[in-house]
Amino acid sequence: MSISSGSTSSAAGSLPVLPAVPDLPGHMIELGRTAPLALACGQAIGPFPVAYQTYGTLNAARSNAILVCHALTGDQYAADDSHPVTGKPGWWQAVIGAGLPLDVERYFIICINVLGGCMGTAGPKDINPVTGGPYGLGFPVITIGDMVAAQKLVIDDLGIDRLFCVIGGSMGAMQVLEWASRYPDRIRCAIPIAGAARHSAQNIAFHEVGRQAIMADPNWCDGDYHAHNVKPERGLAVARMAAHITYLSDSAMHRKFGRELQDRTAVTFGFDADFQVESYLRHQGSTFVDRFDANSYLYITRAMDYFDLAADHGGVLANAFIGSPVRFCLISFTSDWLFPTAESRRIVHALNAVAAPVSFVEIQTDAGHDAFLLDEREFFRILSGFLSGAAELYGLNGR
Amino acid sequence: MSTTLVPSGAPVAASPLPLRADLQLVADMIEPGSRVLDVGCGDGALLHYLVRSKQVDGRGIELSQEGVNASVSLGLAVIQGDAGTDLKDYPAHSFDYVILSQTLQTIFDVRGVLDDLLRIGRHAIVSFPNFGYWRMRAMLAITGHAPRSEKLPYDWYDSPNIRVCTIIDFLELADTMGITIERAVMARHGRFKVADRPGWLSNLIAQEAVFLLRRD
Repeated sequence: MSISSGSTSSAAGSLPVLPAVPDLPGHMIELGRTAPLALACGQAIGPFPVAYQTYGTLNAARSNAILVCHALTGDQYAADDSHPVTGKPGWWQAVIGAGLPLDVERYFIICINVLGGCMGTAGPKDINPVTGGPYGLGFPVITIGDMVAAQKLVIDDLGIDRLFCVIGGSMGAMQVLEWASRYPDRIRCAIPIAGAARHSAQNIAFHEVGRQAIMADPNWCDGDYHAHNVKPERGLAVARMAAHITYLSDSAMHRKFGRELQDRTAVTFGFDADFQVESYLRHQGSTFVDRFDANSYLYITRAMDYFDLAADHGGVLANAFIGSPVRFCLISFTSDWLFPTAESRRIVHALNAVAAPVSFVEIQTDAGHDAFLLDEREFFRILSGFLSGAAELYGLNGR
Repeated sequence: MSTTLVPSGAPVAASPLPLRADLQLVADMIEPGSRVLDVGCGDGALLHYLVRSKQVDGRGIELSQEGVNASVSLGLAVIQGDAGTDLKDYPAHSFDYVILSQTLQTIFDVRGVLDDLLRIGRHAIVSFPNFGYWRMRAMLAITGHAPRSEKLPYDWYDSPNIRVCTIIDFLELADTMGITIERAVMARHGRFKVADRPGWLSNLIAQEAVFLLRRD
């Protein structure tokens, strides 16, 4: 489905957004035409496009839907064989599929590109019909809450009263927590993985390094690079390189690369990529810029920085979950130093304080924060077990 | 689609396996449909049974990674945690029963944990091995070694059982703390007997004891 380029009318005071790329594979709908989406920053957007992908079949009772929330640089193509831009397999192909924990023969999987993103859902690279050009920094600053509010409109549009589950890792986990807090009656279970109820000072600091790298690139042009037909590729690549280090553990990095040299037998006494780890990071950086918009990176990292669920509830995290009927399963990883277990435990304590049903496991792994993307047996066993238990409880038929 | 072979998780058993005798005894003390917190729930066997056969709203806390994983894979609401630190978060009277099964002897702050159990639950069910059992006494008296048994197979230097307590020791503590014993069951060689007035005889012949407690 695509949106006609003529839809420029909008409610008074609301920012209309036209998709820069209206013909991506998957679904695209226009939201906020009659009622604009009010954002936390005080502005409103609408009409605006939202792009999403689905796997499996929605059952007649519309009770088997699982919303997968993607992380900072993920997108809706979670389980596609071939990503429309990179041609690579989807980022959660290890988890979503026939016979896998998110079994497409049993569940209807929905994954929505987040607000502020660059894969079809309204973001800074999309068009302001008033100027005819990309919004750039004119796009309103969005929050995790805004992302979730937009997702809820999609779920409304699909006619789903109650999602069976909302699941996601990292920034995805933030969205899961926001869903559980905002719309507890619209979801059965919540699985925040490698997440936190707030972005820590260290998290914000790393993001700021990434943003400064982008903004220091002369090609960034104060966010107006589209108009100058350039891209702040170097800045974005450095941002990605710095971030990538935080996704791995020290021991995983050492196991993978050690001090091995790249295609050479001795150091060159220069600043070429002598070490394999340098070469790897450079590769990560350079491939990232082909698929990601630099301004989107600024907006989405900002949304994560602003996330503090307790602050939204009088400084008491437990207040975010009072009377919640949602069944929670929190999962953390031992070697994750970006979103360490202590952050998950803090959420568990808050949930216990309101006697919410909660499961919590810490998975032993040296893979670091990225463990949720990898083939971790124990992690999969927990996911399957928790979902099967809940499916049975809520009378969801097996396959 | 990826062809990675992944175990899709242990299916939830249609009917739970028969319970270990001591767990069955605890289960028998619990009213159907009640709210239960199992502190130190192990692999979740008791909790699973209670959820299945008694339709309780069950939660668990377990220290060991393997135990938590096994429990969550069964679909149980179990968190990794410690009785000494994680009970503080639960609000008062949030459960009908709080179970502390074969764990009391490993706890540092026994009084604090007992207080928490009876703050969180309307009732507490506490079971522990009886160090007053005659064979234990005999072992110490005759061999001069710290007692070991089938149930308590540890050496003194690696035992998790840091609290050596007998049935009458526990009764005394309960009395001091204003805890009412609603029911007492004594176990010997896998056989159980309700003790109307547990005392010196129980303390001599019981290998372990299960108490249903309340504080008014």
